[in-house]
Amino acid sequence: MLETRSRPNQAAVGSSAVSVKNLHIRFGADDSGFTALSDVSVEIPAGSLVTMLGPSGCGKSTLLRTVADLVHITDGSVSVHGQTPRKAREGRDFAFVFQEATLLPWRNVIDNVRLPLLVGKREAGATYADPEELLALVGLKGREKAMPHELSGGQRQRVAIARALVTRPRILLMDEPFGALDEITRDKLNEELLRLWQETGTTILFVTHSIPEAVFLGQHLLMLAAHPGRVKEFMKVDLPYPRSLAMRDTVEFIKVTAYLRKLLGEC
Amino acid sequence: MANALPSQADGRDLTDGNRFRALDAAVSAALRHLPATLAILGCILLWQLVVWGFSVPTFMAPGPVDVIKAFGENAGILWTNFWPTLMEAVLGFIFGNVIAVLLAVWFVHSPLAERAFYPIAVIIKSIPIIALAPILVLLVGNGIAPKIIIAGLICFFPTLVNMVQGLKSASPAMLDLMRILSASNSEIFWRVRLPGSLPFLFAALKIAATSSVMGAIVAEWIGSSYGLGALIIEATYNFRSPLLYATVVIAASLAVVLFFAVSFAESKIVRWKPTTDH
Repeated sequence: MLETRSRPNQAAVGSSAVSVKNLHIRFGADDSGFTALSDVSVEIPAGSLVTMLGPSGCGKSTLLRTVADLVHITDGSVSVHGQTPRKAREGRDFAFVFQEATLLPWRNVIDNVRLPLLVGKREAGATYADPEELLALVGLKGREKAMPHELSGGQRQRVAIARALVTRPRILLMDEPFGALDEITRDKLNEELLRLWQETGTTILFVTHSIPEAVFLGQHLLMLAAHPGRVKEFMKVDLPYPRSLAMRDTVEFIKVTAYLRKLLGEC
Repeated sequence: MANALPSQADGRDLTDGNRFRALDAAVSAALRHLPATLAILGCILLWQLVVWGFSVPTFMAPGPVDVIKAFGENAGILWTNFWPTLMEAVLGFIFGNVIAVLLAVWFVHSPLAERAFYPIAVIIKSIPIIALAPILVLLVGNGIAPKIIIAGLICFFPTLVNMVQGLKSASPAMLDLMRILSASNSEIFWRVRLPGSLPFLFAALKIAATSSVMGAIVAEWIGSSYGLGALIIEATYNFRSPLLYATVVIAASLAVVLFFAVSFAESKIVRWKPTTDH
């Protein structure tokens, strides 16, 4: 199923999925513009789950969008499996999940999942995941024909995740995907995302503004400081997998969140 | 397919269920419209009573009974004048809206075109239709053409404004998604922008459906010898008030029928509801 990847040159363990070197991002004209990211360098190990945290205006979304080829690079470099973001986008190397589910309201669930297979350049000979299987994976078996307005916010976000996985991307870029959901739904989707990550081996970059969410999910954690956006801390989260929600009440977990809260205060 | 049989059974249940639901819906719709129906009948009754009670002369204000009689006596005239007006309204509706939609598509793809021609559209819109009619008669003659143009012009502007707004209504995140999927501009147009604009388009088409009839009638007032507009003028000058009222009823009914035709098309085409993620 999803574990067995048809794609060649699967990055070897220990290599980088995303490599960011001395990245500068400026928006607007030289004098009136502002610097979103300043001299950011980070290596995202292949197969890892990296959460990105920081105060608003620190450029965590900008960094994610730069990897996704949605933002023009002012200076420095971003490489995605050794390619430019543009080549990686055209090769369907990554997929993106937004805070909104961005489903087309006139297409039913399964047709929304199929959307990436209908548009853009498709690689010759590339094999894609089975949309029905993916819906089962995200817990929406039997809702294939439902329309988006018949689903809850959490269910819509599950459809968005299934749609992101349909091209079998090696990297999943997630920009506060659960930020608009209630806490119970969010907890559940967090647990399921971990399961999905472990089943598929996809590299995940996950932007959030919630410290517990960043710690609960993250194998590594990247904290950015604001004005200008720069790397404050890139650390390994020393908590064992599989993680359960109960883990959030352990002393070890709370130690990490307390440390991060203090760090965030300095940003 | 292990569940083929149960799902077939489900299907049969559903059709039965639908039949009951349809009946239920019809009954509740009738009940919902009952107050409006009674109010309308009440108004007509009051009108008749006032005409009788105050002995209002027929040429001044005919009662409902006179109007109904006029329908019978003038069926031929009403019928022959109904068709030209219907044709003008429908053709004007089609041309006006097609041009508005095409222009909106152009505007959305070319901001320069929008900046250049949008003001002209506003200027044309601000000319009173009744003043435009004689100009058009001088330009294109007294045939069916000026009527179609006026009916079209009246539809044109609301559709242009709504369609531009509708084509621009796609969310930035949706457009980002399409970019990440390396979708071409035409794919974005056909798969995202155009379907997303349909609710906006139909809102405008419903306005256009009724105003196209008005446009055709106003155009017929300017030196036309046929159509409901011409009949209104003729009946007024000859004090044939029951015929005048009957013509007005026909014109109003035509507008209502066109409105419901568009509403019906909308209910068949736009079968989804917009979702709000926030």
